[in-house]
Amino acid sequence: MERVAIVGASMTRFGQRDAWVRELLAEAGAAALDDAGVDGDDLDHLYVSNMASGEFEGQTGVPNALAHDLAAQPAYTARIDQTSSSGGAGVYAAWQSVASGASDLTMLVGGEKMTHRTTSEATDVIASLTHPVEYKQGVTLPSFAGLTARLYLDEYDAPRESLGKVAVKNHKNGVDNPHAQFQKEVDLDTVLDSPVVADPLRLYDFCPITDGSAALVFCPESVAEEYAPDGNYAVISGIGGATDTHVVHERADPTTMGGVVDSSDIAYEMAGIGPDDVDVAELHDMFTILEFLQSEDLGFFEKGEGWKAVEEGVTDRDGELPINTSGGLKSKGHPLGASGVAQVYEIYQQVTGNAGPRQVEADTGLACNVGGFGNCVTTTVLEGSQ
Amino acid sequence: MSDNEHDDATGSDGEESGGDEPTFEAAEYADGTVTYPPHTVSPNGAERVGTVDLREHEARVITWTTSTATPPGVREPNTLAIVEFEMGDEYDGPPVRALGQIAEREDDSGKSFDVDIGDRVEPVYADELREPGAGIREPESQDWDGFRFRPVE
Repeated sequence: MERVAIVGASMTRFGQRDAWVRELLAEAGAAALDDAGVDGDDLDHLYVSNMASGEFEGQTGVPNALAHDLAAQPAYTARIDQTSSSGGAGVYAAWQSVASGASDLTMLVGGEKMTHRTTSEATDVIASLTHPVEYKQGVTLPSFAGLTARLYLDEYDAPRESLGKVAVKNHKNGVDNPHAQFQKEVDLDTVLDSPVVADPLRLYDFCPITDGSAALVFCPESVAEEYAPDGNYAVISGIGGATDTHVVHERADPTTMGGVVDSSDIAYEMAGIGPDDVDVAELHDMFTILEFLQSEDLGFFEKGEGWKAVEEGVTDRDGELPINTSGGLKSKGHPLGASGVAQVYEIYQQVTGNAGPRQVEADTGLACNVGGFGNCVTTTVLEGSQ
Repeated sequence: MSDNEHDDATGSDGEESGGDEPTFEAAEYADGTVTYPPHTVSPNGAERVGTVDLREHEARVITWTTSTATPPGVREPNTLAIVEFEMGDEYDGPPVRALGQIAEREDDSGKSFDVDIGDRVEPVYADELREPGAGIREPESQDWDGFRFRPVE
């Protein structure tokens, strides 16, 4: 099996954008091609990670639209939809295409256009992933977060403030990310005094609704230096995907995300590393509680101890294990299909030493992209070539 | 414990039921496990052999939240809980749980009952939990009645 390198990357500014989904995808796609020094018609495969362009905008068939806009014909195209983890699933598909030998050059572009919808409408589009017995009760993804946060705080005797500190940390990181939706710090009092959204969680415990796109270019490692003449690229050393129950209340332990455990086991084994070898991580902090759950289920911290790591500064940018140096979904924004791609974009920048003011010391980085409320997960491990 | 397999999710057996209330239907499988909602096979892959009416079981609140930002057609605020049913000493399968709304008080205030982790609750039927067609889901694709939970005195 070919080892797969990433030799080009881009992301658009995340936030409220005038551009529609086709334009967002083309903006990121063109920039990634430029970064890798290739043209659209050099691509064998072109994947688009997107959850709901039809539901949000009435635009379907986006991969073919993108291929035409980037003059990438006759590249094979496919849309990868795995709800909020569409980006991670797209990384998996792109990796597979090159590792299998089916493609010598693949581009993945993730994107979503959401902000033209009201919060209520956008929440409903996302909640449509739930089972009928959940949907009819009016459940939303934020309400799953509220249910789980209450249980976590109760079971592990964690203070409410520890969740707020995730938001404070990630907003602080986002200040140095020119692509982030929010480039401003928030203090703990602001987080804790913000309006209740899903008790005990408040507005600042949630990521915003966002437009944006991100892209990556993949090739076999054996030819990576053709596209990265300085020899500085990243390798996907491990990747794993897994699912948990569709119906959230059927999980044995509601504070454990089985898909995170299983996907990271696969990724670690492929990479030949363990959680202690990870230098930097991008986690799917769609809600602050998710950073605790993933940091534990990835094996960074013992079950019920993730909150202590945040309290002690372990996950700060200058801490022992920086988490969400990009600002995370919390500060950077969460354009559904783009988020998993943008997570890998950040790890790519970190392990190739191109993260600018956000740079930390990192040879090995991990991205964990979560769909639904842990329903489907992709974990990707990247290593720098130098 | 189990009844014969029913034809639809409301518990109707296809005959005139003489005004019987809808059942809170979970599935029972050949390996003895029970799930709500019903699936094609049990978590271990065993086939379905019958149904269990969860109206006959008390439950305890595992966790709860009050959602203030609700989607179209959903009451606001919407207090929800995950509850775990007491299935009896002979049941040794995985926990049987449901997610459901907390019922409104009967004092015309429109407010839901207060609940906390560990509280005992019972299911109460509601003929419409959410306005069909107000949200994105095709109204005919699922039913909209079901069960809320209220504290047991």
